[in-house]
Parts: sequence; C-alpha cells; structure tokens
Amino acid sequence: MSAVAYPGTTPETALSIAALNNATKDVLEGAFEPLWVKGEVSKLTAHSNGHWYFTLKDARAQLSCVVWSRDIPRIPAKPDDGMSVTAFGQISMYPARGQVQFMVTKMEAEGEGLWRKAFEATRASLEKDGLLDPSRKRALPRYPRRVAMVTSLDGAALHDVRSVLARRDPTVELIAVGATVQGESAPASIVAALDRLVRWHDADPAHYVDTVIVGRGGGSREDLWCFNDERVARAIAACPIPTISAVGHEVDVTIADLVADLRAATPSAAAEAAVPVLDEVRADVAALGANMRDAVTAIMRDATSSVRQLSRVLALRAERSVERRRARVQELAARVDGLSPLSTLARGYAVARQRNGGALPSATGFRPGMEFDLQFRDGIITARTEAIALRDTAASTGTSV
Amino acid sequence: MTFEENLARLEAIAQSLERDDLPLEKALALFEEGITVLKGATAALSRAEAQVATLVERANGVLEVTHDGD
Repeated sequence: MSAVAYPGTTPETALSIAALNNATKDVLEGAFEPLWVKGEVSKLTAHSNGHWYFTLKDARAQLSCVVWSRDIPRIPAKPDDGMSVTAFGQISMYPARGQVQFMVTKMEAEGEGLWRKAFEATRASLEKDGLLDPSRKRALPRYPRRVAMVTSLDGAALHDVRSVLARRDPTVELIAVGATVQGESAPASIVAALDRLVRWHDADPAHYVDTVIVGRGGGSREDLWCFNDERVARAIAACPIPTISAVGHEVDVTIADLVADLRAATPSAAAEAAVPVLDEVRADVAALGANMRDAVTAIMRDATSSVRQLSRVLALRAERSVERRRARVQELAARVDGLSPLSTLARGYAVARQRNGGALPSATGFRPGMEFDLQFRDGIITARTEAIALRDTAASTGTSV
Repeated sequence: MTFEENLARLEAIAQSLERDDLPLEKALALFEEGITVLKGATAALSRAEAQVATLVERANGVLEVTHDGD
C-alpha cells in the first residue's frame, strides 16, 4: 500500500499552471466577499472588446482592475486618470496571465465626481441640440381636464398625485401610465411609457391629455439616476403634451427637470402646479360669463339710449320741417294771391278776353270788328273792336277799350 | 374644443364685446355663442368625479384605458 500523494506534493504530481491559477482564483474568491477599495485611477483603457482596464493605486501599492462590459452601464461615467474613486468589486485572478485582478461592478468618485461628469456630458449633449433653451418651455394649460402620470403603478408618487387631484379637483381625470422608475431598465421603460401616452393622445381628439407628469418618489442617487438619462430627457423634450418633472425629494436638479416645461420638487407639488382648485375654476368660469353679460348689457343700454336720442332728434327735426313748410306755403299763398287777376279786378280794372278764350294783354291781339269780352269784378260785357291805334313803341303791353 | 380652448374663447368673446366698435348684430351673435360655450364649460365642471384610469398596451398593440375594477 502506498499513500496517495496530493497533487503537487511530488515532482510526479506537478500541477499544470492553469490548474494552479484556477485553484488560486477559487481560493481568492472564496476568501474575500465583494468589497470597496479606494485609490486613484490610472491608465484606464476602454478596450475594443467592450471592457475597461485600469490600475488603482495609492502611494504604496497598485491593483489591476477590470470592469466587464455588462457592468459598465452601472457606472455613471468613465473616470478620468488621476480621479480618486472608491470601487466595489471582487478580488480574483486572471488565470491566463497569472495576475491578481479586481473585478469592479460599481464605482463612485470623491465629491460625486462621476455623477457630475455624466450629468455634465448629458447636459452638454442636450444643450448642443438646443433642448435646454428656456424659450422651449411651454406654459402649462391653466384648466386641464385630463392629466397623465408616467411612473410606477404601485409607487407612492401615483398615490400622492391621486390624492392631491382628488382634493383640488375631483372632476379632473388622471391617466396612469406604468413605467419602471429605477434600475437599468428604467430609462427605456420611461421612454416607452411616454411613447404609449403620446400615441393614445394622438389617436383620437377625445383622448386629449392636457398635462403629463413624469416622476417618482424619493430614493437614492442611483435610484433616481434614470431621470438623468439622455434618452429620457430627449423623450420628455419631444413630448407634444406639456410636461412636469417630479423626481421626489431630490435637492439637485435632474436632467429631466432641465427639459421639462416645469420642474416640481415632488409628485404632490407637480399635481398642485398642474391642477387648480375646482372652486377657483368655477369662479373663473362664472366671472367670464359675468364679464360677457355685463358687456352685452352695456351694449344694449347704449343701443337703447341712442335709439331714444335718435328718435327725439328725428321728432324735433320733423316738427321743424313741418313748420318751415307751413310758413313757406303761407308765403307762397300770399304771393299767389297778390298775382291773381281777381285782386286787380277787385280794384276796378277790367280784363279783355277772347270770346270764351284767354286774356288779350296787347292791342296787337285785336282786329277791327273782332268781338271780345270785358271781364269786370261783377260781370262780363260783350264788346266789338272799332279801331286800333298802336303806340309807337312796340313794347307796350297795355290794353285799352 | 378642449375645456382650455373653451375658456380662452369665452375670454376672447368678453373682450370683443367690451370693444366699442362692434355692430349690434355681431355683438348679439357673439353673446349667443358665448352662452353656449359657457353652458358647456359649466357642465364639464359639474360632471361626476373622474376615476383614475390606467393606460395599457395589449399584446396586439392596441392602447386601452382601463378604470379601477375593470
């Protein structure tokens, strides 16, 4: 009987390098839980295979680090060389190179440097496209009848908005559009929810949505990070419905706040800003009605009084005109009276007339032997022309018997 | 017209009526329109309490609004 030799205890049982490195890897990973390490980033390379390689170092030591491509989205931004960071990960070994390496899954920079870097990068990208221009901000409808909220269907935010609306104006309809609002899938989920809402809104005028609130209740920096996502920001900016961003209890401004038409500090504040109190709306409507009635009453009063005034003027004018005419008639009557031959006859004159005909105002109208009438005030004499003696001047119009 | 547009219209009508140069006939026509709009707006405010609805997309891409308890 011979004792079984453990691998590697004799030259005959020598291990392959791979076997040793793999065993070392297992031991290392078994001995250390994932943990936080702090140091300065150095020589970071974003490799074409999608992973990041860098060195963490301090004054005394250095450590090879890797971030696998699947973990990169969880890190806000690529750290700059020289940046002081804390990295969370698993110490391990890369068997092919026999190198100890730290596999980083999370990273934070001192003073939130990485968040700020990511934030600034997104802000710059949106700014370049003019999406942060203050002139893009639309006024919210003053009297919305339908408000939508893009948020988690079972989150506190929806509940808060619902109670504020119920208190301020229960006749306003609330449409909840469900979205995941934390974690890696959140940005795409929020973008999809906004897209659903806009498609529904556009499908039918009866679906008209006045205002949309996008947000969630309070949470950690990481929880809220989806509201700093560029895709979410662009979807909010492109939304045809006026938007309110409402990321709960967030002291710092989010990217969503920058592109939304209005920023509210909490979902409740967003609901307050979106919807006026029903009694005030009723009072506004009543006031508009009253303004209109007052204006019409004034118009009618003016019209009535001008009709009255006009009729008074007309009556006065008619009266004057009648009087003027009467005076004129009298004057004409007097003149006509003065011209009448009857008044001349009354003074003792006579008029020569043709038999049963017109007056004979001139001696030239007579012929010797011609019979004519002489009309007096009180009767007619029949006469005969004996002789005619015309005066030298032809202009004479006198008549003699 | 949306409620918002109705109220904007009412405001515009009241303003037009306050102008001096409006012919009487036009003023009365505007007033009549205003009364109709006013009735609609008042009715919208006295409707029953609105329910909270959820917008969902069916597997076939149809968007639907479902009310609580549907």
